[in-house]
Amino acid sequence: MDVRPTAPPPTEDERRAVDAALGPPDAEGPVTASEARARRTHLLPALRAVQERLGFVSEGALGYVCARLGLPPAEGYGVASFYALLALGERPRAFAHVCDDVACRAAGAERLCADVEKSLGPAFSAPHRADPGQPHPKTAARWARSPCLGLCEQAPAALVTVAGAAPVEQAFGGATVDKVRRALGGEPVEPLPCTLGGAGPRRLLARAGVVDATSLDDYRRRGGYEALRRALEVGPEAVLREVTDAKLVGRGGAAFPTGRKWDAVAKAPVRPHYVVCNADESEPGTFKDRVLLELDPFSLVEAMTLAGFAVGAEQGYLYLRGEYPLARRRLENALAKARARGLLGGDVMGRGVRFELELRVGAGAYICGEETALFNSIEGFRGEPRSKPPFPVQAGLFGKPTAINNVETLVATLDIVREGAAAYASVGTAGSPGTKLFCVSGAVQAPGVYEVPFGTSLGALLALCGGVKGRLRAILLGGAAGTFVGPEALDLPLSFEGARAAGATLGSGVVLVLDDSVDLRDQLRRLAAFFRDESCGQCVPCRVGTVRQEELLARLARGAPSGSVKEELQLLRELGQAMRDASICGLGQTASSAVESAVKLGVFEGKP
Amino acid sequence: MTQRTLELTVDGVKVSVPEGATLLDACRKAGKDVPTFCWAANLTPANVCRICVVELGGARTLVPACSRKAEAGQVVQTDSPRVHLSRKLVLELLGSSVDMSLSRDFQALSKRYGARPERFGNKAARAEAGARDAAHAGHHHPGDGAQAATVGQPVKVDNALFVRDYEKCMLCYKCVEACGTDAQNTFAIAVAGRGFEARISTEHDVALDDSACVFCGNCIGVCPTGALMFASEHELRAQGRWDESKQTVTDTVCAYCGVGCVLSLTVQDNEIVRVTSPSDSSVTGGHLCVKGRFGYGFVKGG
Repeated sequence: MDVRPTAPPPTEDERRAVDAALGPPDAEGPVTASEARARRTHLLPALRAVQERLGFVSEGALGYVCARLGLPPAEGYGVASFYALLALGERPRAFAHVCDDVACRAAGAERLCADVEKSLGPAFSAPHRADPGQPHPKTAARWARSPCLGLCEQAPAALVTVAGAAPVEQAFGGATVDKVRRALGGEPVEPLPCTLGGAGPRRLLARAGVVDATSLDDYRRRGGYEALRRALEVGPEAVLREVTDAKLVGRGGAAFPTGRKWDAVAKAPVRPHYVVCNADESEPGTFKDRVLLELDPFSLVEAMTLAGFAVGAEQGYLYLRGEYPLARRRLENALAKARARGLLGGDVMGRGVRFELELRVGAGAYICGEETALFNSIEGFRGEPRSKPPFPVQAGLFGKPTAINNVETLVATLDIVREGAAAYASVGTAGSPGTKLFCVSGAVQAPGVYEVPFGTSLGALLALCGGVKGRLRAILLGGAAGTFVGPEALDLPLSFEGARAAGATLGSGVVLVLDDSVDLRDQLRRLAAFFRDESCGQCVPCRVGTVRQEELLARLARGAPSGSVKEELQLLRELGQAMRDASICGLGQTASSAVESAVKLGVFEGKP
Repeated sequence: MTQRTLELTVDGVKVSVPEGATLLDACRKAGKDVPTFCWAANLTPANVCRICVVELGGARTLVPACSRKAEAGQVVQTDSPRVHLSRKLVLELLGSSVDMSLSRDFQALSKRYGARPERFGNKAARAEAGARDAAHAGHHHPGDGAQAATVGQPVKVDNALFVRDYEKCMLCYKCVEACGTDAQNTFAIAVAGRGFEARISTEHDVALDDSACVFCGNCIGVCPTGALMFASEHELRAQGRWDESKQTVTDTVCAYCGVGCVLSLTVQDNEIVRVTSPSDSSVTGGHLCVKGRFGYGFVKGG
């Protein structure tokens, strides 16, 4: 490899930031190719460390990171420029990300953005013109618009980062200009408490809001680590059997049977095995995993340890989205305490089982919630999905058999292992046993996370939230990649089979309620903009298709179709079909799903 | 050791391929013309252009023939209505956003699939120099949809040997692969940015002279759209003097060292205007070094 460093030497500040993430540099000498391969996984943590300290990833810092890792600078730049939370041009150290996505939009995000603009000046937007060779000039902008921050129940929301030696990151709902300004000044702004509710047994939310989320002792007093203890007693085969018998399927959106996934990894002859938790919750309208991580972080640490034991993995990675600073602090605390007490490490619970768990924090990329993109992100590559097959259970993280699960899925296994599959299936439907978390936001009296048995009707769920505010126009089920349903769907049973039969999807559990004061055409244009922004750019159908979809919806939203509305809708259908059929991954394959379902609700009939 | 073979069905015809073969191999063996842009015999399949998608029995979506491994008993359709629609859309999406005018394959395929890129509207004006390189992931200027966004931008001319006309870049990843592990191991360029603003770039978009580039030109050799081009060809085209009817191609052996690379010299008006190497050459695999690719000045006694 011919690595020619061209960047200016790092400043003292840049060097300190990088060394803090990578450790002190070794004795001088070039990094060998095999060392470089092993070090690449530290790329994103190093870039994040620089961003947190300097407020942007400078040329000198990126050059130094690449030199330390033995990485070609072009590749380091390719990765750094992939993430929305990494700035490549200098900008103020205190910076606000104001959400203008679907849920916040329905809660007046545009008004908030206008107020913020009045107070802080124009939002960041990539410069129109730059000197070649200097593509990322300094900006004075102090804020930017953001996709969904996962605080939909307290919309509108903002994330404020203040870079420095002791960086401060705060995400909060109920956002106002005043709160944003205070956070920019480094003052603490408390997030609002999330309403927790439901019907039937509380399993996933049993401890949330009750337990001291920072105390391992309190966690254990409330049943914590009983599941892992039982797992260690009965052995991995029995654990796999219980999870399979419980018919647990993935709660991240794809609904793949967890037992089958774990079994395949456990049986894979190639070693080592890995377990990965996908906590990159970024589907617009989704916030259940955030609430679990903030309020009951030890449960995920326990569940991942249990999963590692079941599939024969000694190393786990927990990939958390970069926009969840409180969850990050809670998890860091939980990991440190679990380690200190022998619940992680070389001898878990004194039973001779080895399990290490590492927290990785994303940097603003919805696509990294796609499992293979997530692996690439951990490995230090661009978050581009891989072609499947091979599937993660065969060749996942670092090319090894990997069990990757969503937060809620993992936490659900605790109850299954502790109480048994039969007890787990005592509620729910035959096809979808157990309970499910729903993220209810928008026009209901009490937005929040609700745990209900599968099969509960949509209308019953909304009743638990105090009912709909205003006149119900549409409900977005399953997230941006989900489907809109109309008021006639209130009888829809919330189970995988029930949703499927109705041509809808539960997705990640999003129930975003829109009343008739909301401009649905504008919401669809925002959804389309989201997919355009979040496409990784690899494949043609998604990279260009999401642009064309947004342009088409922009035309329809302002009542200026090219030709007739009918012709536009025909083009939209063809575009959707090609994206669904020919895109590499789920992002492109579902980018038109919500839009096409809205067409069926008659959104484009009549005047805008 | 005999290699195991697999039998599968392509458009109703049974074909046998060796284990490890792709669906593309199987389709070609069955005599089916499956188009490709980002695939090349001498590169790892990037699997991104999606023009090669075929319908595979039992699969929810279409699958890329170029990288999908053949399995016994598979039933493949290469020209179903779904395949036809996706290929047409891929062509229209490319045609509406990229200058594909130098790709003969693109012209022929557009005819075959009835692609009409103009369905997506008139192309927007090209961006100013450097603007696409300044894009920040996850942020774009939302337009009113009246015009179709493109990757249009001025040509990058920062050295004497070749130009980069990224208005013609369909992001097939071939140049990155040739610069990296598939041929040169130089890693001067990578894909940067995200989504529609994804682009081929050196670090911070520095000029090639300031990057790790060794000017082997192997990126030019694999570029399917003419985005990467000899400066000599670019100048002749700009002057309107590029004339393929007046060109000859002569194969010879490079005179610089003892490796014996096969050179194919394209000559117009008694001037060498382009140097390539056959991708099936056992010596070069289609790849050359800076001397073989660009060091031909001595031929004219220069």
